[in-house]
Amino acid sequence: MTDVLAGRSLADSVARARLSKRHRAERRFKYYGLVAIFAALAILSVLLITIVGTGYTAFQQTYIQVDVDFRADVIDPQGTGLESDLRSANYAVLLRDGLLKHFPDVEGRTDRRELTRLVSSGADIRLLNMVLGDPSLIGTQQQIWVKASADLDSFIKGQIPRDVPEDQRKVSDQQVGWIDALAEKGLVEKRFNIDFFTSADSREPEQAGILGAVVGSLLTLIVTLVLSFPVAVMAAIYLEEFAPKNRLTDFIEININNLAAVPSIVFGLLGLAVFLGLFGLPRSAPLVGGMVLALMTMPTIIIAARAALKAVPPSIREAALGMGASPIQTATHHVLPLAMPGILTGTIIGMAQALGETAPLLMIGMVAFIVDVPGSFTDAATVLPVQVYLWADAPERGFVERTSAAIMVLLAFLIAMNILAVFLRKRFERRW
Amino acid sequence: MSASLLAIILLGLSALAYYVGRSKALRGASAGTAVRLHSLPVYYGTYVALWVGLPALAVAVLWLFLEPQVIQALLTARLPEEARNLDPARLSLLIGDIKNHAMGGVTSTELTPALQTVADYFSSLRTIGVYGMTTLSVAAGLAGLAVAWRHINPAFRARHHVERAIRIALIAASTIAILTTVGIVLSLLFESIRFFSLVSPFEFLFGIQWSPQTALRADQVGQSGAFGAVPIFAGTLLITLIAMLVAVPIGLFSAIYMAEYATPRFRALIKPILEVLAGIPTVVYGFFAALTVAPAIRGFGEGLGLDVASESALAAGLVMGVMIIPFISSLSDDVINAVPQSLRDGSFAMGATKSETVVKVVLPAALPGIVGSVLLAVSRAIGETMIVVMAAGLAANLTANPFEAVTTVTVQIVTLLTGDQEFDSAKTLAAFALGLVLFVMTLGLNVIALRVVRKYREKYD
Repeated sequence: MTDVLAGRSLADSVARARLSKRHRAERRFKYYGLVAIFAALAILSVLLITIVGTGYTAFQQTYIQVDVDFRADVIDPQGTGLESDLRSANYAVLLRDGLLKHFPDVEGRTDRRELTRLVSSGADIRLLNMVLGDPSLIGTQQQIWVKASADLDSFIKGQIPRDVPEDQRKVSDQQVGWIDALAEKGLVEKRFNIDFFTSADSREPEQAGILGAVVGSLLTLIVTLVLSFPVAVMAAIYLEEFAPKNRLTDFIEININNLAAVPSIVFGLLGLAVFLGLFGLPRSAPLVGGMVLALMTMPTIIIAARAALKAVPPSIREAALGMGASPIQTATHHVLPLAMPGILTGTIIGMAQALGETAPLLMIGMVAFIVDVPGSFTDAATVLPVQVYLWADAPERGFVERTSAAIMVLLAFLIAMNILAVFLRKRFERRW
Repeated sequence: MSASLLAIILLGLSALAYYVGRSKALRGASAGTAVRLHSLPVYYGTYVALWVGLPALAVAVLWLFLEPQVIQALLTARLPEEARNLDPARLSLLIGDIKNHAMGGVTSTELTPALQTVADYFSSLRTIGVYGMTTLSVAAGLAGLAVAWRHINPAFRARHHVERAIRIALIAASTIAILTTVGIVLSLLFESIRFFSLVSPFEFLFGIQWSPQTALRADQVGQSGAFGAVPIFAGTLLITLIAMLVAVPIGLFSAIYMAEYATPRFRALIKPILEVLAGIPTVVYGFFAALTVAPAIRGFGEGLGLDVASESALAAGLVMGVMIIPFISSLSDDVINAVPQSLRDGSFAMGATKSETVVKVVLPAALPGIVGSVLLAVSRAIGETMIVVMAAGLAANLTANPFEAVTTVTVQIVTLLTGDQEFDSAKTLAAFALGLVLFVMTLGLNVIALRVVRKYREKYD
């Protein structure tokens, strides 16, 4: 008896040791899963924090107040008042003189040039536009806030550190001295960068904005939606409601599934060879971009629409058919409206993908540098993600924060679209 | 301009036809009280509108398709003798110049008087073209109206005809997927064949020297370019491998946790957040890789005394792996959830712990589906463009060292095709050959993956 007990307790302790080992393994396994999830979340937050951290400064822009004397002898020496004369005048001189008022002791060409480099190279255009808008300014003195140059802007925002040796930063010690003196007089100010939202691309970071890319994205997405939505819904209705089970429909199905997984750049090659090469459509145009993206998003919408149609219970169809509706009437009057929320959700998700797509648009030439806001579907245009790509490649320091800011705008659009999709799903979700 | 005007005219005409057809049917029905309409009035209107709209549209499309060819032929016939004998590429350039000139665009050369007359001729042709297209397509629409008009009477089965047209449209819509695939294959094949007539396929597939830059003069070094694509394939595979090493463990373990351990609330909270990773545009990942990850790896490597390139395969691969995590986790989550509960219950009944059940029962049962999702992820990694364009290198480098810069198929396609170059050099055509390889590779992976996933699904349904 005791032997047996002793044996049992031995076996027991061995079993217990094994059990606790197994439980430890169990806990470890569970932690691996948690670690994996939190690793993914951590990477996501690092990504977002980096983007926001480098990008939020782009929403502010440094301005310098300059006391500009609109001298008639510079702007309009002949006194003609003609627009062509006003346009050809040298407004940079006025700016320089305005700056020189604060630093009368600056001598020599190089130093003066250094001084004018404090303000944006586009500032003289601003003066020109002011004069064109109100010619009575000629001969008056005005205190005007003009944009600081991009390098100076970065310096004031602290992106170019002060303690770096002079030859390793773009802002010279002299310029630092000037700007400090101006700041002391309260002539340097950071303001909300409205131009970032109201102007198109530019070579100068301080003048570059995203409006052109936003409008380009909008035009492209309109083309994509108009082409892909009806065709995809029609295809889904056919496959789900009418298609006989045969070789052809099988082949169509395999094709749709494959197309959903074809690399996007291949669609770009298709667009390049067929739309540009064969049909001779214009390069860089939202029309072609939209067509390529439509082919890409169509499989996504078809798959979502089929799932939505499948979710409509057969009783609806049987009731409609029983009341004498034709199969097409059943599909269009009864099944389709009930499936619409699901189809719309899938469409929004497809559009969100299209909005973020870059590679196929590079193939059809939407990487061009375009300063104008596109006005029609055949104008040369760029889209937001391509703008991000272009700015990410730009060597100027000021474009780093603008790239991040453009990404923030892009993500804001995407999040808005996804929230809309979730809202639609929640609002119209139906249990049969 | 003319096309949109024509569209408005045709829309107006169709609307008119709808009204005409509908009212004729109604008139017929109300004339004799005993006569009843076979279909709803809507269908009579639609029937006539279709008969007007479709022929007119067909004529317009056909015209737009044929017009460039006809104009080209007519212009060539009018060109002076010496211009007509130019080789096809130069000739099309010249004609493009003439067209640009006629439309007030920028031309590369000043036109001679002889060419000026051709340009004027082109302007007149264009005017004729606009009016011809409008007249013909409106005429086609009116002819359709006449045909349909005669058909309309109360006994006419308008609904059947309209529904047949809708059905044909539905079938046409669903064949667009096939047309797209055919378009992809043909355009890639066509250009690749042109490429392989310049460079042997053997050299392309097995050569280890890639330098597509061709020199301008024949006597310069590298005047022919080298098109051995092995370093590119190797670079693609290296980056894909790194991406998989990141994505598979993280994706798989999070899927297991989500499916087996997570409480419903945790799941509802975390799953959408993980999906955010999938919704981030790849250009953002590319920027992140170039701005943050690559310098971090470089700094880390220098800390260890390693020589790290500023554009390393590791940076691109790591970030690409992050991009793919949600892809693997959501697909694996689906297949793990599809494993029937009875298998788990049986395993628990035998006294197995949860992790033992997962490792020994659930995962083996879900394995084909998981393999399928990994294959799909590999195909996605191979075809991914923006991350590698922004974070991997440009120079073809045959190496297995992840700290060095490598280049990939998609990077080469982008660099070969962006910028200005003529369209029949081996350099640009090489991009299409690479595209063909990419398409074939990803297609193969997709087909296998979809097969595997589908076959597995059927087993428990």
